[in-house]
Amino acid sequence: MDGNQVLTASLFLAVVALTIFITFRASRGTSGTNDFYAGGRSFSGFQNGLAIGGDYMSAASFLGISGLIALSGYDGFLYSIGFLVAWLVALLLVAEVLRNSGRYTMADQLAYRMKQRPVRTAAATSTVVVSIFYLLAQMVGAGALVTLLLGVESEWLKNLTIFFVGALMIFYVTVGGMKGTTWVQIVKAVLLMIGSALIVILVLAQFDFNISELLGSAAANSGKDGFLDPGLKYGADTTSKLNFVSLGLALVLGTAGLPHILIRFYTVPTSRDARKSVLWAIGLIGAFYLMTLVLGFGAAALLDTSVGSAVQKSGGNLASPLLAEEVGGGAGTTGGAILLAVIAAVAFATILAVVAGLTLTSSASVAHDLYNSVFRKGEASETDELKVARISAACIGLVAIILAIPAQKLNVAFLVALAFAIAASANLPSIIYNMFWRRFNTRGAVWSIYGGLISSVGLVIFSPVVSGKLNADGTNAALLPTSIDISWFPLENPGIVSIPLAFFLGWLGSVTSKEPAAEDRFTELEVRALTGAGAEGPAQH
Amino acid sequence: MTTTPDRADRHNPVYDRLHEKPEFTELRARYRGFVFPATVAFLIWYLLYVVLSMWAHDFMSHRLVGNINVALVFGLLQFVTTFLIAWVYANYSNRNLDPLARTLNEQYEKEK
Repeated sequence: MDGNQVLTASLFLAVVALTIFITFRASRGTSGTNDFYAGGRSFSGFQNGLAIGGDYMSAASFLGISGLIALSGYDGFLYSIGFLVAWLVALLLVAEVLRNSGRYTMADQLAYRMKQRPVRTAAATSTVVVSIFYLLAQMVGAGALVTLLLGVESEWLKNLTIFFVGALMIFYVTVGGMKGTTWVQIVKAVLLMIGSALIVILVLAQFDFNISELLGSAAANSGKDGFLDPGLKYGADTTSKLNFVSLGLALVLGTAGLPHILIRFYTVPTSRDARKSVLWAIGLIGAFYLMTLVLGFGAAALLDTSVGSAVQKSGGNLASPLLAEEVGGGAGTTGGAILLAVIAAVAFATILAVVAGLTLTSSASVAHDLYNSVFRKGEASETDELKVARISAACIGLVAIILAIPAQKLNVAFLVALAFAIAASANLPSIIYNMFWRRFNTRGAVWSIYGGLISSVGLVIFSPVVSGKLNADGTNAALLPTSIDISWFPLENPGIVSIPLAFFLGWLGSVTSKEPAAEDRFTELEVRALTGAGAEGPAQH
Repeated sequence: MTTTPDRADRHNPVYDRLHEKPEFTELRARYRGFVFPATVAFLIWYLLYVVLSMWAHDFMSHRLVGNINVALVFGLLQFVTTFLIAWVYANYSNRNLDPLARTLNEQYEKEK
C-alpha cells in the first residue's frame, strides 16, 4: 500500500466508524416496534427531508447518472429529470395520505379497508422484491468503488467488499433500527451535498464558470457526434425510443411506490411534517441532480471515456470518483489522491445509508405484515415481532449479497431503473386506487400487485438485459452467457407494458368481485387520510 | 400486546358523521381540485419532454446560445416547474387545506 491508499483506507474506515457510532447511540433510544420501524415518529420535517434525500440519492444517482452522462451525453440527463419530477407524485398524492392512514409499512394503508392476509402477503412480497433489486444496484456500486481505490482488478476483492457492505447493513438495521438508519442517512446527505458541490465548483472553475464552454469541451472530448443532443443512446430506432419512454414512465411513477421511501413518511409526528419533509427533499434532490449534470459533462470533458478506458469499462460507474481525482490535480498527485479518497468515502457512505434503509424496509414488511399479521393474526408480542424483524434483516442481507455477485457488470443507474419499474407496476396502482376509488377491493389490489410484479420481473427476464445482447465490439452485454438466448421482449425497461397492465388488473379485479366492507370503510379511510383524525401519533416516552 | 389497531374489523361511527359534514366535502373538493389537475399537468408536461427528446430530434438539438440547446433548456425547465408546483402546493395547503383539516380533527377528538 502506498501513502495514497493508506489515506483512502483511513477515510473509508472513518466513515464506517462514524456510522457505527451513530448506530450504537441510536440503539439506546430504541425499545419497541414504534421506535424500530418508525423512529418513534419523532423526526422533524427538516430532518426527515434530509433523511429522504439520503435514502433516495443512491449510488445510482451519484455514480450511475454522472456515468451515463459521461458515456452517452444528454440521454443520461433523463434519469435526473425523471427522478426529480417523480417527487410531485409523492408530494401531491401519497406522502400525507399515507402518513395519516398507515402505521409502519406500505401494506398498512391497503389493509385498512381490505382483507388482511391476501393484501399483506402481496404487498410484503413486492416490498421485498423491489428492495432486493435496489440493494443489488448499491452493492455493485460498492464493489466497483473499492476496485478503483485499491487499483486491483480482483473478483475476490469485489466479492469481499460486497460481503462487507452486506454485513454492515445488517448491523445498522438490527442494532440501530429506524433511528440509527435515519441518522446515518442524514449524515450521508450532508456529506454527499458538500462533496458534490466541491467537485462541481472545481470542474466549473476549469471552464471559467461558463456552462457553454464546459458542454463544448465535453462534446469535443467525447469524440461522439450529437453528444449534447438527445438520442445518442436511445434514438437509434423505434425500439430503443420506446425503451426510453418506458424508462421515463418507470422513473416518474416509481418513486411514490418505493417501499423504503414510503416508510420514511411514518417517521414524523403529523402529515403536515410529512409534507414539509417532501418539500425539503425536493429542494435537496433537485439541487443534487443539477450537480449530476455538471459531474457527468465534466467527466466527459476532462476524462478519457473512449472504449477500453476505466470509465467505460466500469459502465460509467467510476466517472465521478475519477473526475474528483482529475480536478484535484490528476492521477499520481497528492491533491488528486485526497479528492479521490474523499469522494470515494462519500460514495461509500451513500451506499451504506441506502442499503440500511432498504434492509430495514423489507425486514419491517416481513415481520409486521407477514409474520405478525398473516401468520400470527396480529397476536404476536412486540418482542417476537422485533426478533423476527432482526432475523429477516439478516436473511435479506444474505440474499442480496449472493445475488449482487453475478450482477456486477451492469450500470447501477440502470439496475435502479428496473427497481423503479417494478415499484411503479406492483405498488403505485394499488396505493392510488385505494385512496381515490371507492369500488377498489381486495381482489383488485391482489391482482394489481401480483400482476405488476410478475409482468415487470418476467419481462426483464426475457429482455436483452438477461440474455442475447452484445456490445458494439461483439462482447457479451447480457447477464447470461451468449450461448443461452431466451430474450423475446425487445425493451430493457418493462414499465411501458407492466404499469398500464397493473392499473388495468386493479380495475378488472375490483369490478369482477363484490366486497361491500371495502367500500364501506372507504369513508373512514378518506376522512382519516385527509384530516389526520385517528392517525398514529408520535411515541409517548 | 393487544389487537393491532390497524385491523379491518374496527369501525368508529364518528368517521361517518365527519364524512357528512360540509367542511369535509369542502376539504375533499379543495384537495382534489388542486392535486388532480396539477398531476395531469405535470405528467403531460414531462411526457411531452420525453417524447420530444426522441421524436423531435432536430427541434431539441437546435442551438440557442453557444452550446446550449433546446433539450437542455427543456430539461432545466422541468426542474423549474417541479420546484414551482411544490411551492404553490405548500402555500395552497397551508392556506386552504390545513385549517379545515384542523377543525375536523378537533371534532374527531371531541366525539371519538
